[in-house]
Amino acid sequence: MERIFLFIYQYRAFFTFLVLELVAVWLFLQNNQYQGARFFNSANGVVAAINGFSKNMADYFSLRQTNQALAEENAMLRYELEKRNRQLENIKSVTADSAIIRQYNFVSAKVVNNSVSRFTNFLTINKGSDDGLEPGMAVISQAGVVGKIKATSRHYSVVTSVLNVDVMISGVLKRTGHFGTVQWDGSNPDYIHLKYIPRHVKPVKGDTVITSGYSGVFPEGILIGTVSDVQLSQEAPFNLVIVKLAQDFRRLAWVTVVRNRLLPELDSLELRVSNFQ
Amino acid sequence: MNRFGIFQAVLFFVYLLVQVMLFKNAVFFHTAFCFFYLGYLLRLPVETNHLALMGVGFGMGFLVDLFYDSLGLHTMACVLIMYLRPYWLSVLTPQGGYDSGAIPGVAHFSLQWFFVYAVPLVLLHHSVLFFIEAGGFDYFWLTAGKVGASILYTLLVLVMVEVLFAGRKR
Repeated sequence: MERIFLFIYQYRAFFTFLVLELVAVWLFLQNNQYQGARFFNSANGVVAAINGFSKNMADYFSLRQTNQALAEENAMLRYELEKRNRQLENIKSVTADSAIIRQYNFVSAKVVNNSVSRFTNFLTINKGSDDGLEPGMAVISQAGVVGKIKATSRHYSVVTSVLNVDVMISGVLKRTGHFGTVQWDGSNPDYIHLKYIPRHVKPVKGDTVITSGYSGVFPEGILIGTVSDVQLSQEAPFNLVIVKLAQDFRRLAWVTVVRNRLLPELDSLELRVSNFQ
Repeated sequence: MNRFGIFQAVLFFVYLLVQVMLFKNAVFFHTAFCFFYLGYLLRLPVETNHLALMGVGFGMGFLVDLFYDSLGLHTMACVLIMYLRPYWLSVLTPQGGYDSGAIPGVAHFSLQWFFVYAVPLVLLHHSVLFFIEAGGFDYFWLTAGKVGASILYTLLVLVMVEVLFAGRKR
């Protein structure tokens, strides 16, 4: 027994190294699970406050209020527009369902922290669970898609940007109606890839790519970008479409969070069906 | 805690804040990153306790991770280089051994010595950081480019800062 203690004491540096490294790996894996690690991220109050301070230094003082007012107005108008769209759709159906008319709700938020250069990019916004935000909600801007909420604290949320090699969203070529997977390749923050568009489809430079709405997170028809290049090698079964993102992520200042009130219903229905099989 | 300890503790937070408020936003061409906080870890006195080194590395990595939303990533890289640092320093022992209180930097030694000391540790740190962040070797050349550019950038800043501040003290 004594010799074991002596052995451990002799190699204490190595054992300490092992323990600390294992803790680090554990933290890393925790954080990478979706919606994991609720506390230790930049939605934490102190961290977010310092980030916010550092971001505010860069803002022009006079433009801030104006921007805020405009962004709030935008969110309100978007809500009205979506409501009107749903109403128009419902004119054809027998009864108007208020749940469907008010399906999407919008909250505007300011970006306090942002990155575009890493393989896994995140942004922090200044609205949290107090404003009804929850992990999994979609984040968009006036120009197009931005990402999905990863974690929330009371006043801040961390958003997984679409500029993240782990994020995949469903996109549609508007002209032809074919859908594929949109995923970033980690190199240029101006471009994103649209994959799995079959060979026989011929996307043209300038075609619009929008969200499909299949996952229920993003509303249907939010702009992702425009086709800038199509790569099709001899043996590939699919086109690789390079899409120029509509939103310049380096200039992201205000975003809108989309809340789908019917998402739980959609999820539970799909879960029930998949349990049947 | 003596005066030196307090000075080191203050310095710890100075490096941390400069990293997360200044250098976090100063990225060139989406490839060159500056991990300025490494300067603090590399420049701890030679005779610092091995366990304390790893503890400080863990703390620094963890705090930086909070700001980068990459929990565990910087922590892993920092603990690794802090574990290897004493072994590497003993390999590089000059004739007659280290002076007491020697700080492994340009001021106590030479520029050449500092590069021999720092380059492998910074290389290791950046490789762990970028390859784990990229999730493996799928984007090998892109990641290797980031590692190379970031080493140059980080070392340049570290040497410049040290020359500026050491020059004023002496």
